[in-house]
Amino acid sequence: MTNDNKVLEVSNLHMSYDGQAIIEGLTFSMAQRDILIVLGPNGAGKTTLLRGLLNLLPYQGSVIWHARKIGYLPPQESLQRQGLPPLQLAEFFHFKTHDTGSIKAMLSDVGLDDSFLSRQFNELSTGQFQRMMIAWSLLDNPDVLILDEPTSGIDIGGEETIYSLLHKFWQKQNLTMLLVTHDLHVVWEYATQVLCLNRQQMCMGKPDEVLTLEQLKQLYGTGIKFYQHRHG
Amino acid sequence: MVGQIFLALILAGIIGAVGGYLGSLMLTKRMALMGGALGHLTLPGVALALLYDFDVSLGAVLFLAFGVAMIWFLERKTQLHLEALTAVVFSGSLAVAFLFLPEEETDIALLGDISRITPATVFSTAAISLGLFWMIKSIYEDLILAGISPDLAQTAGADLKRNNTLYLICIAITVALGVRIVGGLMTAALLAIPACTAKNLSTSLGQYALISTLAGCLACLAGILVYAASDIPPGPAIIIASVILFLVSVFKPFALSFH
Repeated sequence: MTNDNKVLEVSNLHMSYDGQAIIEGLTFSMAQRDILIVLGPNGAGKTTLLRGLLNLLPYQGSVIWHARKIGYLPPQESLQRQGLPPLQLAEFFHFKTHDTGSIKAMLSDVGLDDSFLSRQFNELSTGQFQRMMIAWSLLDNPDVLILDEPTSGIDIGGEETIYSLLHKFWQKQNLTMLLVTHDLHVVWEYATQVLCLNRQQMCMGKPDEVLTLEQLKQLYGTGIKFYQHRHG
Repeated sequence: MVGQIFLALILAGIIGAVGGYLGSLMLTKRMALMGGALGHLTLPGVALALLYDFDVSLGAVLFLAFGVAMIWFLERKTQLHLEALTAVVFSGSLAVAFLFLPEEETDIALLGDISRITPATVFSTAAISLGLFWMIKSIYEDLILAGISPDLAQTAGADLKRNNTLYLICIAITVALGVRIVGGLMTAALLAIPACTAKNLSTSLGQYALISTLAGCLACLAGILVYAASDIPPGPAIIIASVILFLVSVFKPFALSFH
């Protein structure tokens, strides 16, 4: 990896909350077109890490982005969908752009037709909502997309749709992705790099090089079973 | 008298419209009752203004600034929630106001008064309100987005600290203007009811903001007309008019025209 194609350089990153260390001494980098998946148990600091990288939380250490535009999709359960004023999807998209042509094209890319523009923000199913949010995140053409558990609350079929959709965008656009998931299957299927996190950096590298059974046991504790997915 | 009513109609219509527009954001952020607490905070200032014969909105805004600074200071010194501290400070303000509020002026402070309006008051209120409309419009979309997710809003480029500060300034100034026409006890209604009415009638954000603005303006105009034709003080007349508009929206006899 050369410095020229690095999108993100993190060095000696520390984050804490109320005096308690959440992230301790992370050092890693991400190259253009990487799909970096952050893997770790609950409470490992995955969401905190993403929020630190986005400058939404304070940190010590160094975070350097070489990106033009970063898109972010927070976990779905942190998005307020009820108790809002009436909000049509067209209006929600207009927060980003008034170019109706590109809005319709992006919606079509995520499998939603024009009729959704007049639908209410709180009317969509969980799967439709997440596809709509992916369209919204990609509307201003970011070169990096950060996603925090993009399929939480979505059933298995819907989950597959979301990941294949994201993979399609990754192939089509010059996109670099950083995402958090619990799903090992997704790591084997899509990740080019994996970062194992449990407050500290447990591993970093290509999944088939660093994700050993021993590593996973260390990360998640005993009781984990190992079904490595082989690409055809 | 007719000239005075005409001035009152212009003044109340403008304040009602700003209150309705801002209220549509306060309902979104579930802060509608904050207007009430801030209204109580203004009362010592209103009392002083009545005692020493200067503008009630000026007295109101001075005490609002003092009260908000007190809440900010106490929040830093204690572990108490903002709501609890607001309750302490606004109850204290109410009690202090009654210590030196002239008895014959109590109704004016609590229920509003439009008998002292001058063309200069109307002109300055109109100018301030224009500024408020512009400021509210400039933060409106960002605050709606922050209501969905503060992280989403910030990563989309919104400056939340700046927006929240502007938002609180808008609330404080609107409450200070509203105290003149509805008194210190009912400012929450000036902000909250038009937004509730609008939510019942609208299917889009644009409609919602517009209907809330119009409902606030209409209630104030109707209240002033009722005041002119009867002995009912302007504050209660305006709020009752606003409640009637809300009840109409609940039963939606003309809802089809909006859907």
